[in-house]
Amino acid sequence: MGEANPPISKSGQKLVHRHLSDKALMNIFLWPTLALLIAMNIFPLLYSLYLSFTRYSAMANKPPVWIGLENYVKLLSDSQLWDYFQNTGTYVLSTVLLEMIVGFSLALLLRKRFFGSGLITTLILIPMMLSPVVVGLFWKLMYNPNYGIVNYLIAFGAGQGPDWLANRIPVSMATLNPILASLLKGKNLAMWAVVLVDVWMWSPFVMLLCTAGLNAIPDYLYEAAEIDRASSWFQFWRITLPQVSPLLLVAVLFRTIESIKAFDLLMGLTGGGPGDATEVVSINLYRTAFLGQFNTGKSSALAYIVLIIIIAASNLYIKYLNQVKEG
Amino acid sequence: MPMVEHQGRAKAGVALRAGFSVIVCIIFLIPVFWMLSTAFKPRLEILSIPPKVFFEPSLEGFVSLFTVRSTLTETQMVEYANRKDLTWIDKFALDRGVAIVGPSQYVNRVKNSIIIAGISTILAVIMGLFTAYAFSRFKVKGEGDLLFFILSTRMLPAVVVTIPIFLMYRQLGLYDTHIGMIILYTAFNLSFSVWLLKGFIDEIPKEYEEAALVDGYSRWQAFIKYVLPQSLSGIAATTVFCFIFAWNEYAFSLMLTSDKARTAPPSIPAVLGTAGIEWAAIAAGALLFLIPVVIVTFALRKYLLRGVTFGAIRK
Repeated sequence: MGEANPPISKSGQKLVHRHLSDKALMNIFLWPTLALLIAMNIFPLLYSLYLSFTRYSAMANKPPVWIGLENYVKLLSDSQLWDYFQNTGTYVLSTVLLEMIVGFSLALLLRKRFFGSGLITTLILIPMMLSPVVVGLFWKLMYNPNYGIVNYLIAFGAGQGPDWLANRIPVSMATLNPILASLLKGKNLAMWAVVLVDVWMWSPFVMLLCTAGLNAIPDYLYEAAEIDRASSWFQFWRITLPQVSPLLLVAVLFRTIESIKAFDLLMGLTGGGPGDATEVVSINLYRTAFLGQFNTGKSSALAYIVLIIIIAASNLYIKYLNQVKEG
Repeated sequence: MPMVEHQGRAKAGVALRAGFSVIVCIIFLIPVFWMLSTAFKPRLEILSIPPKVFFEPSLEGFVSLFTVRSTLTETQMVEYANRKDLTWIDKFALDRGVAIVGPSQYVNRVKNSIIIAGISTILAVIMGLFTAYAFSRFKVKGEGDLLFFILSTRMLPAVVVTIPIFLMYRQLGLYDTHIGMIILYTAFNLSFSVWLLKGFIDEIPKEYEEAALVDGYSRWQAFIKYVLPQSLSGIAATTVFCFIFAWNEYAFSLMLTSDKARTAPPSIPAVLGTAGIEWAAIAAGALLFLIPVVIVTFALRKYLLRGVTFGAIRK
């Protein structure tokens, strides 16, 4: 127990602390957080639930008009909205999957210490520290078909590579490189481009969580496996992966939620374009809520639809996470 | 003999791994290098075809970032050039046909970012630690539901919450204030800090605390003496994440501030010049904006990489 004496014989102040029951301490620890979250989330949620049943514009001076389910009916019968949901689905699935693979691989790669490994790990963490909107803007410059570095690096000359963010194959590319051009023609290049930036930015986050998980695996597990002459393949599947999986699932959970909400990065990079090619639901939500006529009522309804999807998805994850922890 | 061979192979493995790591790291950092170089490029070089890797560095981007400029006509330029009170920055701008009208808002925006991100991070980590401890060690009624509620606050898309919060803040006079933004960022970071810290605290063995309690320590003292030191790496990681979130947050700041409390992220893309997007200024702004985050992360990297201390404690 070290230098400190048990404080039984100390002053009254300490005794007050000592007599603070676990229950009282629990309440002191819990309630400030809960109160803040209720004020900043429950109230807004209830308010926007009400607004979702009204015709209302935040910028108009007219009070909200109750219209029942009209907003929801209009939204769900809008075929364009389903396209936006499809874009969101593509974006979420591809970014999360790729980030898990890249992030976990990076963590495994940098697991064993070598000279400079700490520095390399820290350097790889830089992308996720950047502001997403600035990253988006910045990659826009890099994707430029003429003076951007992306096409230049993958060996296309100026104006001879695809204009990624415009989903366009220039004529010069079609003549110089017809096979590649026909392969890329008609594909949603802008979506690939956006996914690549998201993966570049957020794989380090997954790497960091995986590294924490890997470092927490006790050595004796591997030592025992070595004694049993287990192959490294076996060690990976039976020790490494199960031990890391709780943190890996936390990473999946957070990345999925953030990915469904993705807004800043896309705003900086494409703004939803070209056309509707990268228009995900959150961007459409922003457009409905804050551009044009500030359709607050309709956007609140759309927000609730998105919210239900997110809650359903994360409920599944959490159930699975608890199973993993108990199993 | 087999022993030596084994060691030799292990050494080769490490070398291979190190080499591969360096390559991966370089690939990862190409965009960052590109940002760094763009920040120091004169405008014409940025738009050059093919892109230039080597160029004569210029501070044009930084000047554009920190100043507001106006384009001069030929006669104005001659007139302006004859003035005696020009500083080096004025002369620098003059060479490019513009005059500096005044300082840009960038400095104030960064100051706002420091205040808002710093205070909200501290609050979110402290409150998150207490809450995480309560969830980890006490039997909280409806624990699963409460944790889910806390997490769900993070799921709300910013655009949605902003509408009612905007109306609420306008009523309370919190619109475009530092306090308003600090409260908002604290609330939105709490879910992350509670969840992350709970994971770290869960992995600290309860036995030490229980032993301390038996010895007559109060719960609070046991918390300070045993849980706090053992969760330092978790606290560090959480601090970095919360800080990065608040520092980089864009949507709330864009919609809930206009001038006094506006942070840097919404203003960096707004550094638009007369001739289209000022890439150098955006890159310069992003670069300066990145520095504090890099410092924080490098300072705490030992904690980040050590991960969960749990293994070390057992020894």
